Amino acid sequence: MAALSLLDWALDGLLALLLLWLAWRTLSTPALFQAVVLFIGFGLVLALVWARLYALDVALAEMAIGAGVTGALLLAALVRLEPPIGRGRHPARDDEQDDNG
Amino acid sequence: MTQPVFWGLVGMALVVMGLYALIVHAHLLRKVLALNVMSSGVFLVFIGLARRAPVEGSAPAVDPVPQAMVLTGIVVAVAATGLALALIVRLRSLTGRTFLGGDKGD
Amino acid sequence: MAEPPNKDGGGRRTVPDRTKTPGSVPAHRALPAAARALLALLMLGLFGGLAMAVLSLSEPAPGLAAAVAEHLAASGVDHPVTAVLLNFRGYDTLLEMVVLLLALVGVWSVGRARGCAGHAPGPLLRQLPRLLAPLMVLVAGYLLWVGAHAPGGAFQAGSLLGGVGILLCLSGQPLPRWADGPVLRLAALLGVAVFALLGVAVVLLPDGAPLAWPPALAKHLILTIELAAMLSIGVILAALFTGGRP
Repeated sequence: MAALSLLDWALDGLLALLLLWLAWRTLSTPALFQAVVLFIGFGLVLALVWARLYALDVALAEMAIGAGVTGALLLAALVRLEPPIGRGRHPARDDEQDDNG
Repeated sequence: MTQPVFWGLVGMALVVMGLYALIVHAHLLRKVLALNVMSSGVFLVFIGLARRAPVEGSAPAVDPVPQAMVLTGIVVAVAATGLALALIVRLRSLTGRTFLGGDKGD
Repeated sequence: MAEPPNKDGGGRRTVPDRTKTPGSVPAHRALPAAARALLALLMLGLFGGLAMAVLSLSEPAPGLAAAVAEHLAASGVDHPVTAVLLNFRGYDTLLEMVVLLLALVGVWSVGRARGCAGHAPGPLLRQLPRLLAPLMVLVAGYLLWVGAHAPGGAFQAGSLLGGVGILLCLSGQPLPRWADGPVLRLAALLGVAVFALLGVAVVLLPDGAPLAWPPALAKHLILTIELAAMLSIGVILAALFTGGRP
């Protein structure tokens, strides 16, 4: 296990602090939209951490899947759970015409 | 304190934070977020462990097996998240609530 | 269907940051303060126990890196992670793709797909896929190919294709007639089908065992499987985004 220099430790510490702060804010912020956006940011910082740990395949996958696709899924779910302000259609009302999907 | 131990501790902190949020929040979307944070913490512990391989020459000391497992884990996590979100949306359209029956929501 | 007022709304208006103390969350939680405090203490205790477990790890630890390096030449690829994913622990990867397929089946059985664009997409979102989609497909192909000797591979490439699908969905492009229905289902199945079929077919070779790629054929088998997997993963991720049956 190679010894790490002070700069390495500073970088690691900074990334760890950022990660923990983002996670805490994601889980505790009152606004859901803000939480989802912070979660996407959390995924991106996590990808940087994977790069620090020499896990480049995992970094690529985290950025694309963990931050990208999961973020898109969460935002889509957020929109489907709440009607957009000012628009008439509510996703829930559309489902009343749904057959027993 | 070496790199694996450091990131292992950060990962455990994420797991514990996610678990607290999972139990405390009633809104299902927040529970999904908490689960994702927990799984990220677990992956962090795995990849930290992968850094413990003995050094071979000039290559970075990494064990590829935990990395492959985490890759699998990320894909499974997104699959589970997708399914969970579809179920939440369906629950909302059927009952009008975004929290489970026993919880006192809004 | 009556909708109860939901205080936990989206942040379309700026909500002032009301977090007072670390860990405090707004009023719509169900647990009383005493229970929260007890839970926080339990969590701290849990963290202490886990931290002790982490600190007691030995290093360097004899992991599997040496074993993988030893057999890398016979695996058909040059990159250890790809070798582990598709050769040494191919069973895990096969089951993972089955999990993806099951999630798709679950999402499809829950409801119909919502239209992707909630409202008419703006000019940027209408034009962006024309530039980005071909580029993303190209990069996905590159990631697939380079996964044999550098970080990359089927999952990264597949997720990029999924991103293409999501982008197309968001920009309001309707799928062409032929892409809905059987073609979509076939594409989603292809990864698992090819992997499983090849894994079983290998048994017929002399000294064959399920999922044991012979070193001479391994490179080609792995590439074929990765190609099918990339396609499947892309289709499944995009289909998960649409949130229901087509």
